[in-house]
Amino acid sequence: MSALLSINGLSKSFGAVVVADETSFEVRAGEAVGILGPNGAGKTSLFNLIAGTLRPDAGRIEFADSDITETSAARRCKLGIARSFQVPQPFGGMTVFENALVGATQGADLSGREAESHALTVLQETGLLPKANVRAETLTLLERKRLEMARALSAKPTLLLLDEIAGGLTDAECGALIESIKRIHAGGTTIIWIEHVVHALLAVVQRVIVVDFGRKIAEGEPGRIMESREVKEIYLGVDPDA
Amino acid sequence: MSDPVVSRATRTSRIAVVVALLALIVLAAAPWWAGRADMRLMSEIFLYLSLASLWNLMAGYAGLVSVGQQAFVGFGGYMLFALTVFGGLHPIAAILLAGLLASALSVPIASLIFRLKGAYFAIGTWVVAEVFRLSFAQISALGGGSGSSLPVGIVRSLASSRSGREALTYWLALGAAAVVILSVYLFLRSQRGLALTAIRDSEVAASGLGINIWRTKLEVYVVTSALTAIIGGLIFLQKLRISPDAAFSINDWTAFVIFIVVIGGIGTLEGPIIGTIIFFALREFLADFGTIYLMVLGLVAIIVMLKAPKGVWGLVRDRFDLELFPLSYRVRLDQDRKKT
Repeated sequence: MSALLSINGLSKSFGAVVVADETSFEVRAGEAVGILGPNGAGKTSLFNLIAGTLRPDAGRIEFADSDITETSAARRCKLGIARSFQVPQPFGGMTVFENALVGATQGADLSGREAESHALTVLQETGLLPKANVRAETLTLLERKRLEMARALSAKPTLLLLDEIAGGLTDAECGALIESIKRIHAGGTTIIWIEHVVHALLAVVQRVIVVDFGRKIAEGEPGRIMESREVKEIYLGVDPDA
Repeated sequence: MSDPVVSRATRTSRIAVVVALLALIVLAAAPWWAGRADMRLMSEIFLYLSLASLWNLMAGYAGLVSVGQQAFVGFGGYMLFALTVFGGLHPIAAILLAGLLASALSVPIASLIFRLKGAYFAIGTWVVAEVFRLSFAQISALGGGSGSSLPVGIVRSLASSRSGREALTYWLALGAAAVVILSVYLFLRSQRGLALTAIRDSEVAASGLGINIWRTKLEVYVVTSALTAIIGGLIFLQKLRISPDAAFSINDWTAFVIFIVVIGGIGTLEGPIIGTIIFFALREFLADFGTIYLMVLGLVAIIVMLKAPKGVWGLVRDRFDLELFPLSYRVRLDQDRKKT
């Protein structure tokens, strides 16, 4: 399979703070990839660059065989990239259903009953249906995180970017979330997932990319990566000589 | 499990439609039951209601907090005078054309001031309005700095009798308010309106979901500017006299309007209506106390901002879960069947 997303020499810095340093990788269509790295490593910035919220200083982003480096965030969503925000950004004054409907009508270009039924399906999948009529500003943090995923799904993405959605869940909730993401992946959606809850991440992804200080430091099959020396040293904070 | 049903109208909203239609009929009949002074006051209320609804759409939804909409009020007023006196147009045609001209003018203005964010945008709009005021004060054909009156011939062209003219200008004001509120409502109810409401709540999330923020804001700015100019034309059709200071008054056409929207509830369709009622009630009660009136307005504004930042309508809505205009979607879940 050819690459759905391909990132080439992507760099971005804010003054002295480097959030992406010549980062390059590819994600194939239908793949599920995990991104690991300590806080401040540049994981969310990487998503901002892929989704178009940030513009890179250098480098090139290709999606579905076209160059999207200069494409607006709105246009990228129409092309099939949708993301959840690490710090939830709900449409607070709108109901949960309307939040999903925005994605269905604006992102997926559906209308009328079709849009409504897609929004309902997404709420069902993410377990938010009982909250459909509630204004989003009244949701708890965990519900807001689920709403982030629901809203991203409502735009019918081919590439779904999930940013730390498993933190703070009970074991049962986390298990349900894993099943839900597996179903979405099985439905053909390509997924890139940033997550600190490593066991949840490893239950879903086929490949892991580790970043630190904006640099990709390791990439490969999850089992091998988690055992590797540099990951233990940099990500898990274990002194390899101890 | 049965499929959930999505609907929009609520019982309150159905009652509100009936009440609104009845009120519109009663108000339209005002020339037969109201006195001259009452009709003037009601016309002013309708025109303020229109200005407030438009400013609310622009600031409350699109996040364009302008303190310079007097630019378009004054522009509409001056175009009424210019197009009737020099263009020979009928006043109503002149007012409609003023709206078109304002929309054309608003595009280059937007391309300038949209580069500014937040407070800088607000200041930018004010500067633009001052440029308008100073420019119109230079046109000696329109009376320069001291202004001019609408010639008697043009006033007569509306209707031959005084009562006929008063009824006509009243109906124009009522019709304008009805058209503005209905258009804002229909727009917000559409898919474009859903996108605009999303922008109101989070621009970054809205653009991530495929909404072109810049274009949406531009559309709102152009449409509100055009309609604001039309309302400006109607305001000065009531006054029959125009001067730069009256036409481009930041107090009359922006400060009071912001007061109305903030008190009523910014970012809601009902807010400007409630706010207009409160503003005129305060004004009528306090009319005899001179400048104390403005101090009380300021005090009310401060108290509402501290105690009820979502305005009076925000308080009512949160407590009773009411909605007069059926904008939101309600999902009806069949709970019992869902459990089996």
